Amino acid sequence: MTELAAALHTADTLAPRNHIEVRGLDFHYHGHHALKNITLDIPARQVTAIIGPSGCGKSTLLRVFNRIYAMHPGLRASGQVLLDGENILDPRYSLNRLRSKVGMVFQKPVPFPMTIFENVAWAIRHHERLGRSDLERRVEEALRSAALWDEVKDKLKGSALGLSGGQQQRLCIARCIALRPEVLLLDEPTSALDPIATGRIEQLIEELKSEFTIVIVTHNMQQAARISDRTAFMYLGELIEVDATEKIFTAPARKQTEDYITGRYG
Amino acid sequence: MNGLYRRRALGNGAAITFAAASTALGLGFLGWILWTTLSRGISAIGVPLFTRISAHGEDGGLANAIVGSGIINFMAILFAAPIGVMAGAWLAEYAAHSRLGALIRFMNDILLSAPSIVLGLFVYVVVVLPMTAWSNGAVSFSAFAGALALALIALPVIVRTTDEMLRLQPMTLREAALSLGVPQWKLTSQVLLRAAGSGILTGILLALARVAGETAPLLFTAFGNNYMAFGPLEKMASLPTIIYQYTNDPNPAMHAIAWAGALMITLFVLALGLLARWFLVRGHIRHD
Amino acid sequence: MTSASSSTMVIATPAPATRRAERDARRDRWFARALKASALLVLAVLLGAALSTLWGGREVLFGEGLRFLASSEWNPVDDRYGALAPIFGTVLTSIIAIVLAVPVAFGIALFLTEIAPEWMRAWFSAAIELLAAIPSIIYGMWGLFVFVPFMAEQVQPALTAVLGELPLLGALFSGPPLGLGILTAGIVLAVMIVPFIAAVMREVFLAVPGRLKESARALGATTWEVVWHIVLPATRSAVIGGIFLGLGRALGETMAVTFVLGNAYDIQASLLMPGTSISSSIANEFNEAVGNHRSALLALGFLLFVVTFFVLLIARVMLRRLARREGTA
Repeated sequence: MTELAAALHTADTLAPRNHIEVRGLDFHYHGHHALKNITLDIPARQVTAIIGPSGCGKSTLLRVFNRIYAMHPGLRASGQVLLDGENILDPRYSLNRLRSKVGMVFQKPVPFPMTIFENVAWAIRHHERLGRSDLERRVEEALRSAALWDEVKDKLKGSALGLSGGQQQRLCIARCIALRPEVLLLDEPTSALDPIATGRIEQLIEELKSEFTIVIVTHNMQQAARISDRTAFMYLGELIEVDATEKIFTAPARKQTEDYITGRYG
Repeated sequence: MNGLYRRRALGNGAAITFAAASTALGLGFLGWILWTTLSRGISAIGVPLFTRISAHGEDGGLANAIVGSGIINFMAILFAAPIGVMAGAWLAEYAAHSRLGALIRFMNDILLSAPSIVLGLFVYVVVVLPMTAWSNGAVSFSAFAGALALALIALPVIVRTTDEMLRLQPMTLREAALSLGVPQWKLTSQVLLRAAGSGILTGILLALARVAGETAPLLFTAFGNNYMAFGPLEKMASLPTIIYQYTNDPNPAMHAIAWAGALMITLFVLALGLLARWFLVRGHIRHD
Repeated sequence: MTSASSSTMVIATPAPATRRAERDARRDRWFARALKASALLVLAVLLGAALSTLWGGREVLFGEGLRFLASSEWNPVDDRYGALAPIFGTVLTSIIAIVLAVPVAFGIALFLTEIAPEWMRAWFSAAIELLAAIPSIIYGMWGLFVFVPFMAEQVQPALTAVLGELPLLGALFSGPPLGLGILTAGIVLAVMIVPFIAAVMREVFLAVPGRLKESARALGATTWEVVWHIVLPATRSAVIGGIFLGLGRALGETMAVTFVLGNAYDIQASLLMPGTSISSSIANEFNEAVGNHRSALLALGFLLFVVTFFVLLIARVMLRRLARREGTA
């Protein structure tokens, strides 16, 4: 038994374990078949980019990973999405638990109408009962991880709405990682930001991947090429190809992928 | 061809003249009414107005009515604001796609312009009459009943603005909070209501402006009182009911006091309107 | 927008996390119930207002039946009550108000959306909104102390002199120049509802897509032609909705008309003669009324509520039609 465990452990360190496994996932909304039979592995502690022309279902796929789609009526996912081997689409899988494990950052930064400190502390307080000093330590730790601490440490009691767009987005990332999730979902996190702010976020993603499994949806192919380890290409609700990023961008196996990365559509 | 063109130009000129004249007429009446209120009100305003009560008649003042209006309006908003905000939050956050929600939103719009005098009769039948019966006549008309009647008038204003202001909040704000594993009730009460705060406050101010001048529903609920009263179960004076009473009085000296009261209410309502606008503008700047 | 409510747990020994999830779900349910109860209160108020006045007026409504509606005799001394005079006054003053207010409101909306220079629009719109915020009792006082003498001295003698001699029409404008009466009340009501109707019309005119108007102008249409052929047809139902909204206000208004109606239970042909209305009868008499008299006033209140409810219902349906079409376009 211990030998087997040891063997598994070795295997784990050699080839990265799959953190999320998507098996035969279909997604429907209002009669529209948005995701068609998707099967995809997301390895742990790597950056997986999902690219494709708009409307291809890349954001929809991301939104299945923490079931945020469930807040809207008329949306239905079938198939399996296994997180550490457990199917998160099973209604018995607690949303509370899922969302504390899988955090999400959105296209537009959406700070809550509270102080900077409260923005980070608010959700922690919901999941854990911490003393004042523990809470402060957690907030500081999260803000440091999001490379925001130095800029806001003197104005933690100020409104988060006063921050710049790039700072707000890093605050949203801090808010997520403060819950110590395992997976970070990033839905076009830099599309509303200027190039300098974008550069900082990309650098941050590079640093965060040692701790988190990251899935990023982007319409920016250069960004995918710069920051991801693996890239998945989607088109019209289907997963066309997934492979090491270098391979996708230099020698794609499928013609549609090649057409897309050479700019023939999208 | 030329004649046709001239006829069209003439028609257009007539329409423009009519539109400008209508606007001048509307603003003319506004000016006339405001000027009457201002000129007649100011000449009657003096210190005794704020220190003496209405029991002294033409030598008296409006102190009891000012205090009474303050108490009744405050109580009315106290009743209407929490319920109105909760109802608006339900419409925006829980009933966006439900039929019952659509029905309530529709009915709320009707209640918004329903005749206030009937709401006064409603409170008379369900509050004043039973209280009179239970207390063997010791308690009949009361400030509480008056506040309740005004609350029914304020309620739809607050429901509507809360509903509208919440629906203006971006969907991503909701998604961001829910994706942190936070439940709906915390999202609604701690994020969305706060984000829509200045808009909702505007609605509450507008509701106060709406009820501050209401007269008819107070006649058979709070009734009136020529003496100072503070208890919620007492008959209580208010500015509008005193104005009503004094306007019906043949004595011109009473009319002067009524105009002073009218000026106070008008200034209060206009100030609330400006304050509400200011809040709304400030709120927009902050969130954009 | 149901979220955590679906996260029911089936594990036998609950871990802290699942206990928290259960607690969240429970709180979510109670929170939603409290909110829903508040929202249902809106329906309860409407229903309560109708039922309480129906109950309070039952002796007269069911005892007298149709006679209550058909008789114009209102006599507390003999304890006989007919609602015809107040109904007549309410309807007539409201019709006068609508006839006078609609063209003026339309003119104002036209001016504020198509004609006035940009800087003027915001200021004038705010001024018109101010007019809507003035409490109705101020209109009533102004009506009694300023407008009634004006009518008695200037308007009514002129009306009688010019129109009073005409056959048929003359009857509407005959009688002594009292100043008070149906016509005066109708005019004061008109002044009061103009801003409401103008505000609705302005809003719906603004909702007409600019490209529609621009393309008509590009074909050489004048401002008036754009409004008559493009804007009005596109907004017809909402404009009617705005008019009904104003009518609803006029029917239920109390304080603006009570002082200037004259409080007389007569049905007279002349618009210059005093009359009464449902709301002013209630306001004037309710606190002195007992027994059947009070019952009759509550019955009047019930009638008023039902009629305004349906007028406002039509208004909202018409206004919603435009909103829906905009939504799908």
